[in-house]
Amino acid sequence: MAAVSTNALTGGARDRHEVAKSWFDRLTTGARPELVVLRRAQDDPEICRRVERCLRVFVAVIAVLLASAAPRAAASRVISIIPATTEMLFAMGAGDRLVGVGTYDRFPPEVDRLPRVGALLDPNVERILSLRPDLVILYGTQADLRQQLERAHVPYYPYVHRGLADITQTIRSLGARVGVEAAGNALADRIERQLADIRSRTGSSGRPKTLLVFGREPGTLRNIDASGGVGFLHDMVETAGGANVLADVKQQSVMLSTEVVLARAPEVIIELRYARGDATTAADLRAWDALPAIPAVKNHKVFMLQGEEFVVPGPRVVAATERLAKTLHPELFK
Amino acid sequence: MGFAALTIAVCLTAPLIGSTPIHISRVFDRTIPFADNVDAQVFFVARLPRVLASVLVGSAFAIAGVVFQAFLRNPLASPDTLGVSSGATLGAVVVITFHIDTAVLGVSAVPVATFAGAAGALGIVYAMSVARRRGTSSTVLLLAGVALSAFLGALNRFIQVIGDYTDTFRSIRWMMGSMDVGSYTDIVVALVPITAACVAIGTLPRELDLVSIGTEAAESRGVDVRRAERVALVSASLLTGSAVSLGGPIPFVGIIVPHIVRLIVGADHRLVLPAAALFGGAFLVICDVIARTAFGAAGMPVGAITAFLGGPFFLWLLFRRMR
Repeated sequence: MAAVSTNALTGGARDRHEVAKSWFDRLTTGARPELVVLRRAQDDPEICRRVERCLRVFVAVIAVLLASAAPRAAASRVISIIPATTEMLFAMGAGDRLVGVGTYDRFPPEVDRLPRVGALLDPNVERILSLRPDLVILYGTQADLRQQLERAHVPYYPYVHRGLADITQTIRSLGARVGVEAAGNALADRIERQLADIRSRTGSSGRPKTLLVFGREPGTLRNIDASGGVGFLHDMVETAGGANVLADVKQQSVMLSTEVVLARAPEVIIELRYARGDATTAADLRAWDALPAIPAVKNHKVFMLQGEEFVVPGPRVVAATERLAKTLHPELFK
Repeated sequence: MGFAALTIAVCLTAPLIGSTPIHISRVFDRTIPFADNVDAQVFFVARLPRVLASVLVGSAFAIAGVVFQAFLRNPLASPDTLGVSSGATLGAVVVITFHIDTAVLGVSAVPVATFAGAAGALGIVYAMSVARRRGTSSTVLLLAGVALSAFLGALNRFIQVIGDYTDTFRSIRWMMGSMDVGSYTDIVVALVPITAACVAIGTLPRELDLVSIGTEAAESRGVDVRRAERVALVSASLLTGSAVSLGGPIPFVGIIVPHIVRLIVGADHRLVLPAAALFGGAFLVICDVIARTAFGAAGMPVGAITAFLGGPFFLWLLFRRMR
């Protein structure tokens, strides 16, 4: 018996199937006639199908009951330590439910009135708990913080940023979780519509081979970081009517050597600058002149765009994508 | 001799290897203007500076390692033991975090600040070696160096924490090291202090031999230990600072290459010094070739390759000797 149950726990599906079958056999063999009927039913395909259908309906009913009977209470004291989710909450009109924000949250300006509770690497658990939140929005990889919140019985919402489509998906689920479902859905619909507008507007013209750089040592071409073929930056380039030259590299960020830039021959280079206090001017783009064989350099298609909206995958993606589209296709946005 | 041949062979082949196929005849084809010649730009802008920087940085770290290990009489001593590398890193982190680099238009201030940081740490090391009274063991200097290194490391982390996350990302990126220098100016600038330091150390092989046995033994043979020590430590620190400002704090080369070389050529510093310089350079060039080719378009920081390759190689060498 002990051996059987251990086997059932540790073994694969096949073992579990064996165990179930042996129990069924044990139940149905023996003198009790009603169980013999059950055993016969097992062999009848028609009965099996009916039983299966009944079971499906039963499971569905239970699921619906569970979902409606225990709706999670709308959150009224929310802490968001991720800039993107903070912006989402404000944009869907739930900013007044925030009682704390992350150290790096800067937009909208209202966040400056809220207490700061640390960020990705240094969340201040003590301060978070002292604000008595009924929902904490944290980053998916913050395992320690999750554990601490679980121990304190504080509900949390783990957020991870990925592609452009995930932004509106997050807005919808976050709206539902916080209790402003309609506003969340409306915001998500609007963003999707606006992105679709940009896509259709740029869709008809050519797609220049684009390199999107989001990090470089000023004055030189050292330590170039560019967007690879996954993530919201890549999605933004493609939506704005560009063809990412690193689309085949399935990474969000790519450490780029000058050799690879030469080999990929981008027709447009767009550099993003977003750090607070970064006073780099477009004059810094002259560093690219060291590689005149790059079509973008030869044809003076190296641009610099400044703004934090490029690195915060929140509601401002529309504005960011539009700026990219205007840079890639100035003729369409006159 | 073998080392010289290896280094020359590596330096000649390395620029020919890369993620992009180029035609060497096109590279040197004068009829095509440079601005339109992709192959020539790959060769002269993307590859050749990398190879030269790698040779220089690898040699500098290896020589510095030999000198530190001999004078501190400690096999675990490395170019970072006395805090010079941490000082250099601090310079870079400060400049990156507070955006001081954007003030100097057109010139990256990062290598300059790195060198300044190294010089600051070097000043402290020098003061320590001067303040050392006769009879104090090199262990004191070693411990003081470890303490300074830890202190500067703590400052680094402090600045990274108070800085913006995007700047922290940049400084971590810098700390991984990169040989993609992209211009010859940086190399020439680093070459000056590296040459001076090498010349100074070149006068010291006998002193290095004797001091690594023991200071008393050296003094009894008429070596001015304190003077030799000062020259050696300052030169080795200069090498470290220049190497870090050119390529970043590449781990492993400075600590293991001297041991690898000693396992092969023995303990005579007249052989160890040039062999370490040559092998260190060749080793880093090979690591950089792997870093820029083996992972497709997405490069790999060379610092990750040095230990990944060098660690098993050193273990193999060590156990082969022991058998």
